[in-house]
Amino acid sequence: MASEGGEDPRLPRIASTIRVIPDFPKPGIMFQDITTLLLDHEAFRHTIDMFVERYRDKRITVVAGIEARGFIFGPPIALAIGCKFVPMRKPKKLPGEVISEEYSLEYGTDIMEMHVGAVQPGDRALVIDDLIATGGTLAAAIRLLERVGAEVVECACVIELPELQGYQRLGGKPLFVLVKAA
Amino acid sequence: MVEEENGGVDPRLQAIKAAIRVVPHFPKPGIMFNDITTLLLRPKVFKDAVEIFVDRYRDMNISAVAGVEARGFIFGTPLALALGAKFVPLRKPKKLPGEVISESYVLEYGTDSLEMHLGSVNRGERVIVIDDLVATGGTLCAAIKLLERVGADVIECACLIGLPKFKGGCWLHGKPVYVVVDCRQ
Repeated sequence: MASEGGEDPRLPRIASTIRVIPDFPKPGIMFQDITTLLLDHEAFRHTIDMFVERYRDKRITVVAGIEARGFIFGPPIALAIGCKFVPMRKPKKLPGEVISEEYSLEYGTDIMEMHVGAVQPGDRALVIDDLIATGGTLAAAIRLLERVGAEVVECACVIELPELQGYQRLGGKPLFVLVKAA
Repeated sequence: MVEEENGGVDPRLQAIKAAIRVVPHFPKPGIMFNDITTLLLRPKVFKDAVEIFVDRYRDMNISAVAGVEARGFIFGTPLALALGAKFVPLRKPKKLPGEVISESYVLEYGTDSLEMHLGSVNRGERVIVIDDLVATGGTLCAAIKLLERVGADVIECACLIGLPKFKGGCWLHGKPVYVVVDCRQ
Protein backbone atom coordinates (compact mmCIF):
# COMPACT_ATOMS: atom_id res chain seq x y z
CA MET A 1 0.00 0.00 0.00
CA ALA A 2 1.31 3.44 -0.76
CA SER A 3 2.41 5.58 2.11
CA GLU A 4 1.40 9.21 2.09
CA GLY A 5 2.92 12.36 3.46
CA GLY A 6 0.44 11.99 6.35
CA GLU A 7 -0.71 15.09 8.16
CA ASP A 8 2.04 17.35 6.86
CA PRO A 9 0.66 20.92 6.79
CA ARG A 10 2.07 21.50 3.34
CA LEU A 11 -0.14 18.87 1.74
CA PRO A 12 -3.42 20.80 1.54
CA ARG A 13 -1.69 23.56 -0.41
CA ILE A 14 -0.08 21.06 -2.75
CA ALA A 15 -3.32 19.16 -3.30
CA SER A 16 -5.33 22.33 -3.89
CA THR A 17 -3.11 23.38 -6.78
CA ILE A 18 -3.70 20.22 -8.81
CA ARG A 19 -6.30 20.78 -11.51
CA VAL A 20 -8.63 18.05 -12.71
CA ILE A 21 -9.49 18.12 -16.40
CA PRO A 22 -12.43 15.88 -17.29
CA ASP A 23 -12.40 13.69 -20.37
CA PHE A 24 -8.71 14.10 -21.20
CA PRO A 25 -7.11 12.48 -23.12
CA LYS A 26 -10.37 10.67 -23.78
CA PRO A 27 -13.95 10.51 -22.42
CA GLY A 28 -14.22 9.16 -18.90
CA ILE A 29 -10.69 10.01 -17.81
CA MET A 30 -10.34 12.66 -15.07
CA PHE A 31 -6.86 13.97 -15.84
CA GLN A 32 -4.78 15.15 -12.88
CA ASP A 33 -2.97 18.23 -14.16
CA ILE A 34 0.15 19.27 -12.23
CA THR A 35 0.91 22.29 -14.43
CA THR A 36 -1.16 24.44 -12.11
CA LEU A 37 0.96 23.24 -9.18
CA LEU A 38 4.02 24.52 -11.05
CA LEU A 39 2.46 27.99 -11.26
CA ASP A 40 2.35 28.20 -7.46
CA HIS A 41 5.96 28.60 -6.45
CA GLU A 42 5.34 27.77 -2.82
CA ALA A 43 3.41 24.60 -3.64
CA PHE A 44 6.12 23.50 -6.07
CA ARG A 45 8.78 24.24 -3.47
CA HIS A 46 6.86 22.24 -0.83
CA THR A 47 6.49 19.30 -3.20
CA ILE A 48 10.21 19.11 -3.85
CA ASP A 49 11.05 19.67 -0.18
CA MET A 50 8.84 16.78 0.92
CA PHE A 51 10.60 14.38 -1.45
CA VAL A 52 14.06 15.69 -0.55
CA GLU A 53 13.36 15.37 3.17
CA ARG A 54 12.32 11.76 2.69
CA TYR A 55 15.27 10.71 0.54
CA ARG A 56 18.24 12.79 1.62
CA ASP A 57 19.39 10.25 4.19
CA LYS A 58 18.62 7.14 2.17
CA ARG A 59 21.95 7.07 0.27
CA ILE A 60 20.24 7.51 -3.08
CA THR A 61 22.82 7.68 -5.88
CA VAL A 62 20.49 8.13 -8.84
CA VAL A 63 17.11 9.73 -9.50
CA ALA A 64 15.46 8.20 -12.59
CA GLY A 65 12.79 10.50 -13.99
CA ILE A 66 10.20 9.26 -16.44
CA GLU A 67 9.62 11.39 -19.53
CA ALA A 68 8.31 14.00 -19.53
CA ARG A 69 6.70 15.04 -16.25
CA GLY A 70 9.28 13.08 -14.30
CA PHE A 71 11.76 15.59 -15.75
CA ILE A 72 9.93 18.33 -13.83
CA PHE A 73 10.25 16.84 -10.35
CA GLY A 74 13.30 14.61 -10.72
CA PRO A 75 16.07 17.13 -11.48
CA PRO A 76 15.38 19.45 -8.51
CA ILE A 77 15.34 16.43 -6.21
CA ALA A 78 18.58 15.06 -7.69
CA LEU A 79 20.27 18.45 -7.33
CA ALA A 80 19.16 18.85 -3.72
CA ILE A 81 20.32 15.35 -2.80
CA GLY A 82 23.54 15.67 -4.85
CA CYS A 83 23.05 12.59 -7.00
CA LYS A 84 22.82 11.69 -10.69
CA PHE A 85 19.70 12.34 -12.76
CA VAL A 86 18.87 9.80 -15.44
CA PRO A 87 16.07 10.41 -17.94
CA MET A 88 13.92 7.39 -18.83
CA ARG A 89 12.63 8.13 -22.31
CA LYS A 90 10.30 7.17 -25.12
CA PRO A 91 11.99 5.40 -28.04
CA LYS A 92 14.53 7.15 -30.25
CA LYS A 93 14.99 10.20 -28.04
CA LEU A 94 18.20 9.18 -26.29
CA PRO A 95 21.13 9.57 -28.70
CA GLY A 96 23.59 7.04 -27.32
CA GLU A 97 23.46 3.30 -26.84
CA VAL A 98 20.31 2.33 -24.94
CA ILE A 99 18.61 -0.58 -23.33
CA SER A 100 14.88 -0.92 -23.91
CA GLU A 101 11.96 -2.31 -21.99
CA GLU A 102 8.52 -2.94 -23.42
CA TYR A 103 5.45 -2.34 -21.31
CA SER A 104 1.69 -2.66 -21.69
CA LEU A 105 -0.72 0.14 -22.37
CA GLU A 106 -4.47 -0.14 -22.22
CA TYR A 107 -4.33 -0.92 -25.93
CA GLY A 108 -1.00 -2.14 -27.24
CA THR A 109 2.48 -1.59 -25.88
CA ASP A 110 5.10 1.12 -25.61
CA ILE A 111 8.84 1.12 -25.02
CA MET A 112 10.98 2.88 -22.42
CA GLU A 113 14.70 3.44 -22.91
CA MET A 114 17.68 4.25 -20.71
CA HIS A 115 21.25 5.06 -21.71
CA VAL A 116 23.77 2.27 -21.30
CA GLY A 117 26.35 3.28 -18.70
CA ALA A 118 24.20 5.86 -16.95
CA VAL A 119 23.42 3.56 -14.05
CA GLN A 120 25.94 1.17 -12.48
CA PRO A 121 25.57 -2.05 -10.52
CA GLY A 122 25.03 -1.13 -6.91
CA ASP A 123 23.50 2.27 -7.65
CA ARG A 124 20.60 3.02 -5.29
CA ALA A 125 17.78 4.41 -7.38
CA LEU A 126 14.71 6.52 -6.79
CA VAL A 127 12.17 6.41 -9.63
CA ILE A 128 10.04 9.50 -10.03
CA ASP A 129 7.01 10.47 -12.06
CA ASP A 130 4.19 12.94 -11.53
CA LEU A 131 1.52 10.28 -11.20
CA ILE A 132 1.00 6.54 -10.83
CA ALA A 133 -2.04 5.08 -12.56
CA THR A 134 -1.75 1.40 -13.53
CA GLY A 135 1.92 1.32 -12.58
CA GLY A 136 3.00 0.02 -15.98
CA THR A 137 5.46 2.82 -16.68
CA LEU A 138 7.03 2.66 -13.25
CA ALA A 139 7.30 -1.12 -13.55
CA ALA A 140 9.19 -0.72 -16.84
CA ALA A 141 11.57 1.75 -15.21
CA ILE A 142 12.18 -0.63 -12.31
CA ARG A 143 12.97 -3.45 -14.73
CA LEU A 144 15.44 -1.30 -16.69
CA LEU A 145 17.26 -0.25 -13.53
CA GLU A 146 17.38 -3.78 -12.15
CA ARG A 147 18.67 -5.13 -15.45
CA VAL A 148 21.82 -3.04 -15.01
CA GLY A 149 22.22 -4.11 -11.40
CA ALA A 150 20.84 -1.09 -9.59
CA GLU A 151 18.75 -1.38 -6.47
CA VAL A 152 15.44 0.44 -6.71
CA VAL A 153 14.92 1.90 -3.25
CA GLU A 154 11.48 3.40 -3.86
CA CYS A 155 9.11 4.87 -6.44
CA ALA A 156 7.87 8.37 -5.75
CA CYS A 157 4.94 10.20 -7.31
CA VAL A 158 3.08 13.38 -6.53
CA ILE A 159 -0.30 11.74 -7.18
CA GLU A 160 -1.72 8.23 -7.01
CA LEU A 161 -4.97 6.96 -8.53
CA PRO A 162 -5.66 4.43 -5.76
CA GLU A 163 -8.49 2.56 -7.43
CA LEU A 164 -6.12 1.40 -10.17
CA GLN A 165 -3.92 -0.23 -7.52
CA GLY A 166 -0.72 0.52 -9.43
CA TYR A 167 1.35 -0.19 -6.32
CA GLN A 168 0.72 -3.90 -6.93
CA ARG A 169 2.67 -3.82 -10.20
CA LEU A 170 5.91 -2.58 -8.72
CA GLY A 171 7.46 -5.97 -8.05
CA GLY A 172 7.33 -5.44 -4.33
CA LYS A 173 9.10 -2.08 -4.48
CA PRO A 174 7.65 0.50 -2.12
CA LEU A 175 5.68 3.48 -3.37
CA PHE A 176 5.55 6.93 -1.81
CA VAL A 177 2.95 9.49 -2.89
CA LEU A 178 1.92 12.88 -1.61
CA VAL A 179 -1.70 13.00 -2.79
CA LYS A 180 -4.26 10.31 -3.46
CA ALA A 181 -6.76 11.41 -6.09
CA ALA A 182 -10.35 10.70 -5.18
CA MET B 1 28.18 34.03 -24.21
CA VAL B 2 29.49 33.42 -20.73
CA GLU B 3 33.09 32.82 -21.83
CA GLU B 4 33.49 36.13 -23.59
CA GLU B 5 31.65 38.16 -20.98
CA ASN B 6 33.88 36.91 -18.24
CA GLY B 7 37.06 37.74 -20.18
CA GLY B 8 38.99 35.03 -18.40
CA VAL B 9 37.72 31.51 -18.17
CA ASP B 10 34.99 30.73 -15.68
CA PRO B 11 36.36 27.49 -14.18
CA ARG B 12 32.92 25.94 -14.23
CA LEU B 13 32.71 26.19 -18.02
CA GLN B 14 35.45 23.72 -18.82
CA ALA B 15 33.78 21.06 -16.74
CA ILE B 16 30.41 21.81 -18.35
CA LYS B 17 31.87 21.51 -21.85
CA ALA B 18 33.73 18.33 -20.99
CA ALA B 19 30.61 16.76 -19.52
CA ILE B 20 28.65 17.11 -22.76
CA ARG B 21 28.92 14.06 -25.00
CA VAL B 22 28.95 14.35 -28.77
CA VAL B 23 27.06 11.56 -30.51
CA PRO B 24 27.84 11.54 -34.24
CA HIS B 25 25.13 11.04 -36.83
CA PHE B 26 22.17 11.40 -34.48
CA PRO B 27 19.32 11.70 -35.25
CA LYS B 28 20.64 11.41 -38.79
CA PRO B 29 23.93 11.36 -40.75
CA GLY B 30 25.92 14.56 -40.55
CA ILE B 31 24.46 15.80 -37.26
CA MET B 32 26.87 15.88 -34.29
CA PHE B 33 24.37 15.64 -31.44
CA ASN B 34 25.34 17.40 -28.21
CA ASP B 35 24.09 15.10 -25.47
CA ILE B 36 23.49 16.68 -22.06
CA THR B 37 22.55 13.41 -20.35
CA THR B 38 26.21 12.82 -19.46
CA LEU B 39 26.29 16.20 -17.71
CA LEU B 40 23.32 15.12 -15.60
CA LEU B 41 25.43 12.23 -14.32
CA ARG B 42 27.86 14.73 -12.74
CA PRO B 43 25.99 16.36 -9.85
CA LYS B 44 28.55 19.13 -9.28
CA VAL B 45 28.61 20.06 -12.98
CA PHE B 46 24.81 20.00 -13.26
CA LYS B 47 24.60 22.20 -10.17
CA ASP B 48 27.14 24.65 -11.62
CA ALA B 49 25.24 24.86 -14.90
CA VAL B 50 22.03 25.75 -13.09
CA GLU B 51 23.87 28.24 -10.89
CA ILE B 52 25.21 30.09 -13.92
CA PHE B 53 21.62 30.71 -15.00
CA VAL B 54 20.49 31.56 -11.46
CA ASP B 55 23.31 34.06 -10.99
CA ARG B 56 22.38 35.77 -14.23
CA TYR B 57 18.64 36.05 -13.61
CA ARG B 58 18.26 36.38 -9.84
CA ASP B 59 18.11 40.19 -9.86
CA MET B 60 16.08 40.54 -13.02
CA ASN B 61 12.65 40.18 -11.37
CA ILE B 62 11.73 37.14 -13.38
CA SER B 63 8.26 35.86 -12.58
CA ALA B 64 8.14 32.87 -14.93
CA VAL B 65 10.51 30.36 -16.51
CA ALA B 66 9.13 28.74 -19.65
CA GLY B 67 10.86 25.45 -20.43
CA VAL B 68 10.72 23.80 -23.84
CA GLU B 69 9.81 20.11 -23.73
CA ALA B 70 11.52 17.96 -22.74
CA ARG B 71 15.14 18.87 -21.99
CA GLY B 72 14.13 22.44 -21.17
CA PHE B 73 12.24 20.98 -18.20
CA ILE B 74 15.46 19.58 -16.76
CA PHE B 75 17.21 22.96 -16.52
CA GLY B 76 14.11 25.09 -16.24
CA THR B 77 12.54 23.68 -13.09
CA PRO B 78 15.61 24.10 -10.85
CA LEU B 79 15.99 27.62 -12.25
CA ALA B 80 12.34 28.49 -11.54
CA LEU B 81 12.60 27.18 -8.00
CA ALA B 82 15.80 29.13 -7.31
CA LEU B 83 14.28 32.34 -8.67
CA GLY B 84 10.98 31.93 -6.84
CA ALA B 85 9.28 31.95 -10.23
CA LYS B 86 6.52 29.94 -11.87
CA PHE B 87 7.48 27.12 -14.19
CA VAL B 88 5.55 26.94 -17.46
CA PRO B 89 6.01 23.88 -19.68
CA LEU B 90 5.91 24.52 -23.42
CA ARG B 91 4.87 21.26 -25.00
CA LYS B 92 4.40 19.31 -28.20
CA PRO B 93 0.80 19.12 -29.42
CA LYS B 94 -1.89 17.31 -27.43
CA LYS B 95 0.16 16.86 -24.26
CA LEU B 96 -1.25 19.76 -22.23
CA PRO B 97 -4.72 18.83 -21.00
CA GLY B 98 -6.28 22.26 -20.59
CA GLU B 99 -7.08 25.02 -23.00
CA VAL B 100 -3.96 25.92 -24.99
CA ILE B 101 -2.61 28.30 -27.56
CA SER B 102 -0.47 26.88 -30.30
CA GLU B 103 2.37 28.22 -32.46
CA SER B 104 3.73 26.40 -35.51
CA TYR B 105 7.32 26.41 -36.59
CA VAL B 106 9.25 25.14 -39.55
CA LEU B 107 11.44 22.05 -39.44
CA GLU B 108 13.92 21.00 -42.07
CA TYR B 109 11.14 18.89 -43.53
CA GLY B 110 7.64 19.83 -42.49
CA THR B 111 6.38 21.72 -39.48
CA ASP B 112 5.77 21.14 -35.79
CA SER B 113 4.05 23.16 -33.12
CA LEU B 114 4.49 24.21 -29.52
CA GLU B 115 1.64 24.71 -27.06
CA MET B 116 1.17 26.62 -23.81
CA HIS B 117 -1.70 26.56 -21.34
CA LEU B 118 -3.90 29.64 -21.43
CA GLY B 119 -3.76 31.45 -18.13
CA SER B 120 -0.31 30.19 -17.18
CA VAL B 121 1.42 33.47 -18.00
CA ASN B 122 -0.16 36.90 -17.55
CA ARG B 123 0.20 40.15 -19.43
CA GLY B 124 3.32 42.01 -18.39
CA GLU B 125 5.02 39.07 -16.68
CA ARG B 126 8.80 38.92 -17.11
CA VAL B 127 9.73 35.54 -18.56
CA ILE B 128 12.86 33.56 -19.39
CA VAL B 129 12.58 30.86 -22.06
CA ILE B 130 14.94 27.93 -21.50
CA ASP B 131 16.08 24.94 -23.53
CA ASP B 132 19.18 22.76 -23.48
CA LEU B 133 20.39 23.76 -26.93
CA VAL B 134 19.72 26.31 -29.66
CA ALA B 135 20.37 25.26 -33.26
CA THR B 136 18.19 26.98 -35.83
CA GLY B 137 16.24 28.87 -33.19
CA GLY B 138 12.94 27.71 -34.64
CA THR B 139 11.60 26.28 -31.41
CA LEU B 140 12.71 29.29 -29.37
CA CYS B 141 11.05 31.66 -31.83
CA ALA B 142 7.81 29.73 -31.47
CA ALA B 143 8.17 29.96 -27.70
CA ILE B 144 8.74 33.71 -27.82
CA LYS B 145 5.70 34.17 -30.02
CA LEU B 146 3.48 32.13 -27.69
CA LEU B 147 4.50 34.26 -24.74
CA GLU B 148 4.14 37.53 -26.61
CA ARG B 149 0.67 36.55 -27.76
CA VAL B 150 -0.45 36.59 -24.12
CA GLY B 151 1.32 39.89 -23.51
CA ALA B 152 4.30 38.56 -21.56
CA ASP B 153 7.67 40.31 -21.60
CA VAL B 154 10.28 37.81 -22.78
CA ILE B 155 13.49 39.04 -21.17
CA GLU B 156 15.86 36.48 -22.68
CA CYS B 157 16.20 32.98 -24.08
CA ALA B 158 18.63 30.86 -22.08
CA CYS B 159 20.38 27.81 -23.49
CA LEU B 160 23.17 25.70 -22.12
CA ILE B 161 24.58 25.04 -25.59
CA GLY B 162 24.53 27.06 -28.79
CA LEU B 163 25.59 26.51 -32.36
CA PRO B 164 28.50 28.74 -33.42
CA LYS B 165 26.30 31.43 -34.93
CA PHE B 166 25.07 32.24 -31.40
CA LYS B 167 28.58 32.91 -30.13
CA GLY B 168 28.94 36.40 -28.77
CA GLY B 169 25.22 36.86 -28.40
CA CYS B 170 22.48 36.72 -30.92
CA TRP B 171 18.90 37.83 -31.28
CA LEU B 172 15.87 35.78 -32.10
CA HIS B 173 12.60 37.45 -32.98
CA GLY B 174 13.90 40.59 -31.28
CA LYS B 175 14.95 38.88 -28.06
CA PRO B 176 18.48 38.24 -26.78
CA VAL B 177 19.79 34.69 -26.57
CA TYR B 178 22.19 33.75 -23.79
CA VAL B 179 24.32 30.65 -24.33
CA VAL B 180 26.64 29.14 -21.73
CA VAL B 181 28.90 27.02 -23.96
CA ASP B 182 29.53 26.46 -27.65
CA CYS B 183 28.27 23.38 -29.38
CA ARG B 184 30.94 20.69 -29.42
CA GLN B 185 31.81 19.50 -32.87
